[in-house]
Amino acid sequence: MIVTEHLQGAYGDTIVVDDVSIAVPRGGVTALVGPNGAGKSTLLALVSRLMGPRAGTVTVDGLDVTTTPSDALARRLAILKQDNHLSVRLTVEELVAFGRYPHSHGRLTASDHDHVRRAMGYLDLEPLAGRFLDELSGGQRQRAFVAMVLAQDTDYILLDEPLNNLDMAHAVRMMSQLRAAADDLGRTIVIVLHDLNAAAAYADHMVAMKDGRVAAAGTVADLMREDLLSAVFDLPVRVLDVDGVKLARYYGVPVASTTSA
Amino acid sequence: MSAEPRTATVRTIPAQTTTANVTQAHTTSEHATPAHPARTHPAPSRAVGPGVRLAALAVVAAAVCALYLAWGLTGNWQFLIGRRALTVATMVVVAVAIGMSTVLFHAVTANRILTPSVMGLDALYLALQTAIVFALGAQGASLVAGPARFVLELAAMVGASVALFGLVMGRFGRSLTLLLLVGILLGGLLRGVSSFLQRIMAPQEFIVLQDRFFADFTGADPVLLGTSGVLVAVLGVLVWTRRHELDVVALGHDLAVCLGVRHRRVTMQALAIVALLVGVATALVGPTLFFGLLVAHLAYAVLGTDRHAWTLPGAALSGVIALVGGQFLFERVLGLEGSLSMVVEFVGGLLFIGLILRRTRS
Repeated sequence: MIVTEHLQGAYGDTIVVDDVSIAVPRGGVTALVGPNGAGKSTLLALVSRLMGPRAGTVTVDGLDVTTTPSDALARRLAILKQDNHLSVRLTVEELVAFGRYPHSHGRLTASDHDHVRRAMGYLDLEPLAGRFLDELSGGQRQRAFVAMVLAQDTDYILLDEPLNNLDMAHAVRMMSQLRAAADDLGRTIVIVLHDLNAAAAYADHMVAMKDGRVAAAGTVADLMREDLLSAVFDLPVRVLDVDGVKLARYYGVPVASTTSA
Repeated sequence: MSAEPRTATVRTIPAQTTTANVTQAHTTSEHATPAHPARTHPAPSRAVGPGVRLAALAVVAAAVCALYLAWGLTGNWQFLIGRRALTVATMVVVAVAIGMSTVLFHAVTANRILTPSVMGLDALYLALQTAIVFALGAQGASLVAGPARFVLELAAMVGASVALFGLVMGRFGRSLTLLLLVGILLGGLLRGVSSFLQRIMAPQEFIVLQDRFFADFTGADPVLLGTSGVLVAVLGVLVWTRRHELDVVALGHDLAVCLGVRHRRVTMQALAIVALLVGVATALVGPTLFFGLLVAHLAYAVLGTDRHAWTLPGAALSGVIALVGGQFLFERVLGLEGSLSMVVEFVGGLLFIGLILRRTRS
C-alpha cells in the first residue's frame, strides 16, 4: 500500500501539491486524473522519491521513501516519467536490460536475461530488440521505456502519461497490457491519465486532483459522476453508460446540459 | 480579400498530412509484420565488437608512443630516449586524466556537450593557484614544497569545485542551456579574477606563477609527474569499479533514481574525482578548452557503444593517440613545434559548435 500523509511539494516558492493524504491499495490499477497543472505528475514524483517533499510523508508498504535506501526501493517501486530524453545511444534491448540494474547491478544473470526477454515480449518489442531508440517512433520508444520498468520487476509501477505519443490502437494495447500486468502478475499500477475514458475502462480506483489537492478519490463508479468531473475539469462533462462502462463525453457538450444533471 | 490565401493554406495542409500518414502507416506495418525484422540489417557500427575496437585503439596508442620515442634517434640515444620518455609519460598522464574526466563528467551531467573545461574547472584551478601565491607571497607559496604542495592544492581544488559546481549543478542542473551559460560565465569570472590578481601582484610572485602555469610537456618535474601518475592510476581504477553505476547515471536523474542509484551522492563523488583529474592535467600542461570534448567524442564514435566499461579506457587511449600522435606529427614530421594545441582547440571547437547545432535541430 502507498500512503501519503499531508504531502506537500513545491518548486521554489510555488506549491504544486498541497496537503495530499491518499492511500493507494495494493493490487489493481489506480488512475490519477485532473486538469493540467493539477499536480498529478508532481505527486507521482514525490511518491517515487524523484523529488523531495516540502512537508508530509510517503510510505510504500510501510517504508518511508525519503529514508529507505534507494536501491531497496528500486526493487519495490518503479517510476516512468513523461519525457525521457537520453544523451546516450541505446538499443531497445539495452534499455530494457537497465531495468534489471537494481537486482544485478550491471552483471546480468540468466534470470535477468529472462526477465528482459519477457518484458520485451509483453510489449511486442522483440522485432525491435536490436534497434537504437533514436531510430524508433515516439510510440515505440514509449513502449521500450514501459518494458524497462516492467523488467524492473517491482510490486509498484508508477507511470506518468504512458499513452502520450500512442495512437488509439497502441493506447488500447498499452492499457490492456498494464491491466494484464496488474491481474496476472499482481503488480500495483498507478498511472497518470489524461483520457478519462481510458481511466474508466481500465482502472479500479481513481484519484481526481485539482489545484494541487485531491478533489475526490474512490472507485471508478464513485468518480465517474457528471457534477464531480464537471467541477474538477471546469468543463461540462456528460457521463454515459455504454456496454456497462461509464464513458465521459466532454467534446461539444453544451453548457446548459450539465446544469440539469 | 483574405479568403484567397486562406484557401491556399487549407489546400496545402491536407497534402502534408497525407504524407505524414503514409510514413506512419509504413512504420506501423513494418513492425507489425515480423517478416522483415530490423535485426537483418543491424547498425553497421555493431558489426565489430567494442572489444576489438578498443584493442585497435590500444595498438595505435602504443604505436604512436613507440614512434615518438624511436623516430630519428641519433648520437646519444640513451639520453634522448630518457628525455622523450618523460615527455611521453607526461602526455599519457594528461591524456588519461582529461579523457576520463570528460567521460565521467558527461555521465553525471547526462549530456555530451559540456566538459569540465567548458564549465571552467581548469580556470578554477588557475584562480586557486593565483590566489594562493597572491595571499602567501612567493616565499610563502614555496614554503611547502613539491608533492606536498601539489596535494594541498588539489585538496583545495576538490573542496572549491564541489562547493561551487555542486551548488551550480544543484540549482541549474536540470537545464543544459542554463548550465552551459553559468559555466561559461563562471569560467570568465575565474579567469578575470586570476588576471586581475596577476596584474596587481609583485613581479617576482608573478614569475613564480608563470613558471607553474606554463610548464610544458618537455619540462615537467619528474616528482610532480610521478605523483600525478600514481593519482591518475588510482582514480582510474576507482572510476572503473563504478562503471556499471555510471552507465545508469548517464540515463539522467529520473531514470537513475528510479533504478536505485543515489544520484546526488554519485554526482558529488564524480565531481570530486573530475576536479582531481583536471587539477592534475592543468598542473602538468596548463588549461585546455576542447581537448576533452574531442577525445571523448572520438572514443564514442570509434567504439560504437556508450558503455563506460569501454568508453572510459577508450577516451584515455584516444587522448594518448591525439596528444602523442599529434605531437609526433607536428614536432617531428612537420616541424611545427607548439602548434598542436592550436589545432586541437580548433578542431575541438568546431566539434563543440557542431554538437550544439545538432542538439538545437533535434
